Amino acid sequence: MRSLKAQRSEGTRRDPAPSRWGYRYQRLMLTPGFRKLVKVGVPLLVVGGLIAGWTAREANRQMIADAYNNTKTQIQQRDEFMVKVMAIDGADDTLAADIRTVLPLEFPQSNFDLDLEEMRQTVAALPAVAEAALRVRPGGILQVNVTQRVPVAVFRAPEGLKLIDSEGVLIQNIIARADRSDLPLITGDGAREALGEGLEIYRVAGPLAPRMRGVVRMGERRWDVILDSGQRILLPTENPVPAFERVVALNQAQDLLERDVAVVDMRHPARPTIRLNEQAVTNLRQINAEQE
Amino acid sequence: MRDLYQSQRAMRAMRQAAMQRGVIAILDIGSSKIACLVLRFDGPEQFSAKDGIGDGVGSMAGQSSFRVIGAATTRSRGVRFGEVEAMAETERAVRTAVQAAQKMANVRVDHVIACLSGGRPRSYGLDGQVEVMGQTVTEGDIGRVLAECEVPDIGEGRQVLHAQPINFALDHRSGLEDPRGQIGSTLTTDMHLMTVEDSIIENLLYCIKRCDLELAGVASSAYAAGISSLVEDEQELGAACIDMGGGSTGISIFMRKHMIYSDSVRMGGDHVTSDISMGLQVAPAMAERIKTFYGGVLATGMDDREMIEVGSNTGDWERDRRTVSRAELIGIMRPRVEEILEEVRVRLDAAGFEHLPSQQIVLTGGGSQIPGLDGLASKILGQQVRLGRPLRVQGLPQAATGSAFSAAVGLSLFAANPQDEWWDFDIPAEKYPARSLKRAVRWFRENW
Repeated sequence: MRSLKAQRSEGTRRDPAPSRWGYRYQRLMLTPGFRKLVKVGVPLLVVGGLIAGWTAREANRQMIADAYNNTKTQIQQRDEFMVKVMAIDGADDTLAADIRTVLPLEFPQSNFDLDLEEMRQTVAALPAVAEAALRVRPGGILQVNVTQRVPVAVFRAPEGLKLIDSEGVLIQNIIARADRSDLPLITGDGAREALGEGLEIYRVAGPLAPRMRGVVRMGERRWDVILDSGQRILLPTENPVPAFERVVALNQAQDLLERDVAVVDMRHPARPTIRLNEQAVTNLRQINAEQE
Repeated sequence: MRDLYQSQRAMRAMRQAAMQRGVIAILDIGSSKIACLVLRFDGPEQFSAKDGIGDGVGSMAGQSSFRVIGAATTRSRGVRFGEVEAMAETERAVRTAVQAAQKMANVRVDHVIACLSGGRPRSYGLDGQVEVMGQTVTEGDIGRVLAECEVPDIGEGRQVLHAQPINFALDHRSGLEDPRGQIGSTLTTDMHLMTVEDSIIENLLYCIKRCDLELAGVASSAYAAGISSLVEDEQELGAACIDMGGGSTGISIFMRKHMIYSDSVRMGGDHVTSDISMGLQVAPAMAERIKTFYGGVLATGMDDREMIEVGSNTGDWERDRRTVSRAELIGIMRPRVEEILEEVRVRLDAAGFEHLPSQQIVLTGGGSQIPGLDGLASKILGQQVRLGRPLRVQGLPQAATGSAFSAAVGLSLFAANPQDEWWDFDIPAEKYPARSLKRAVRWFRENW
């Protein structure tokens, strides 16, 4: 019978059988769940633990944040991203000066520090700007393209004269009427809302145009045309333009407004009325008396 | 019988659980080698779908529903006559085989089907008869008729390994495969009962348990070898499978696709080796080597001239330059092989093998590889002798397709298509103890 005790001293006899624990270990490693745990879970845990342990120190976290910010700044401050000049297209000098005032940028500045959308809204909020587009052109140029509002009339407000565009937006103040004598003068409450009608009246004035001083919106309802001699043409609420055309025609035919007439009242279309000056009334009566 | 039912049914349940998981190991614990196969059950649909055939029937009539994904063999230690002799040694050898097979399969196996060749198997023929309760035979009737079989005195310390119904007869009609649903009044059955020594199974079970494995089934290795190496006709018409192992030679007789008799001769290849070792005065390892390289059982004139160097590694290389002729070697081997075959003949005669319609004898197992064995066997066993190799199964390595692996391959076929055994049918209610809780439960289940 072989010795029951294991003969360790020989050492040369190799046992091909796995040890009991080796066998169990291999079986454990062949268990799918455990294998996944060891091959994925443990490395994840170790790496995660190391990272968590390292970042637990305030100094380390600060170091990461500093390094991040430094790198970010370095990239943002590169020459390629710097904006050096602002170019404004489509604006006259006063508007360009206004834009430079509302966009107080100190050049050179990094592209990343510019909030183009906010700047665009700032520029578009200017009264004289209809539309604005901003972009950074290659070469470090901040390109501001604006579409300026075109003044179509002078509007006399209680606090002074203003230019007004076709949509009724007040663009800018002017000091004297003579500054923009080429534009028609419009005034009165509600005149901005009915601007188109007022301008239409101006358009049909024809030969009367040089004599027109302005149009006045009366009671937010109808128009009065004021001529240079202080004469007034009262237009109806409905269809004021044909009524004014009638006055113009009448003037051409009979020189109505060359006479001493104070008011031409067209408010009732079927019955135009003329009010004469006091002197003219007196003269008219006198003439009538002499004829009788 | 009760605990047998319990343990066998537990094994059957475990086997089904293993099938569900898809991986099961086959362990052939023999006297000369321990083989472990790892099987993966994918179902036949998967294979046919892969081929694009898609007819639902796999190749080889569904026997290819599994695939061998791991195979390993190791030299057996601590096993003699197919019985565990040194537990720790056997455990180590099993661990070696299982570990290597697992490594090859890259999957962990928990369930093992083992076969055993020793344990002095004994066969009994049983018969039972009952009156059919209803008009047609039901599963309950089969259970009753099986329970009705009179169990012989199988002796102290023995346990039933197989109990297979091999024949049913309904009234005067015999030879029914499956009497269920047929109309008749008297149901008779023949059953083949095979017993082995209790302690052998206990040892085997304990050894496998020590390897952290669970036993999902036990089969006789002679039976398994017969499944794999007999072709279908032979199984149908009657044939004997002689599984010539290292420590024992198993005999199983098949007829009508059922094993009807099994026995074993406690002699095998190891005895031939020890004869050579003693006769030529060499170490057993050297004797084994000489046997496998130069062995034979039929001497010719040329064998006198073929000299074999038998100088073993005694450390005396200069002096020990002995040679023997091959004829001498054959002269040593042949009497022992003849003795084994004579013993087999005796067992076959005792079983009444000559009354079978066909008397095919198939030699398989590692011992059947001796050159000239079929010639010698036909002289002793009869004319119809052939050498058998196991059925080819999918994924089996080339090294494991030899006849030495017929038991392992048969065991995998057995795992894939197990035969109905006694314990697969329900025990009829009247056989339960009177105050059984189970009976109450059963009554509830049937009536509510």
